Amino acid sequence: MLSISQELVDKIVAHARADHPDEACGVIAGKDGVPERFIPMENAERSPTFYRFDSLEQLRVWREMDDRDEEPVVIYHSHTATEAYPSRTDISYASEPGAHYVLVSTRDEHEVEFRSYRILDGVVTEEEVRFLP
Amino acid sequence: MAIEVRIPTILRNYTDGAKAVNAEGATLEELIANLESRHPGIKERLVDDGSLRRFVNVYLNDEDVRFLGGLGTPVSDGDTVTVLPAVAGG
Repeated sequence: MLSISQELVDKIVAHARADHPDEACGVIAGKDGVPERFIPMENAERSPTFYRFDSLEQLRVWREMDDRDEEPVVIYHSHTATEAYPSRTDISYASEPGAHYVLVSTRDEHEVEFRSYRILDGVVTEEEVRFLP
Repeated sequence: MAIEVRIPTILRNYTDGAKAVNAEGATLEELIANLESRHPGIKERLVDDGSLRRFVNVYLNDEDVRFLGGLGTPVSDGDTVTVLPAVAGG
């Protein structure tokens, strides 16, 4: 289960809306599995169907997390025309076994889908999301 | 002295859980061969068909080796090589 504050959820959704129709992506860093620090990342692909963290930005952010004893608790990205479910490429490139993979869909202008998954060795498991005040 | 190689979580099963290991070599290619001799299996996760895998980022100090010389990039004692799987998807 992912427990995440409504404030962080709102930030992820705002980022996804702002970059629509391109996919938005980023990280929530934290300790002991608790998501705390919102880090929007540049989508180096600037694409409506693909995302990739900029490699130098990723190095900087991963080092910063290391220095602060944090981990990437949440890795999020948006789908802009399809449901908030991991695509085949999402599954094959998933490389942080400890992370909650959050998918947001902005295909509907008014309603937003916000779902979370574990992706381990090619296996996707959806998990419950608990929104904290 | 040697070159420090920082290993991402997903590859630490090759390094007995170590976050960083030492290796030697004059180029990144030699360094990876040396790494392979100490931690068998790791090379295949980094290199495919003679070049770096597309979704693995390798950095020499603060630079992405793709912008330096790929596997031919010279490395020397005291350098730090960092491996990070690209975060990507569709």
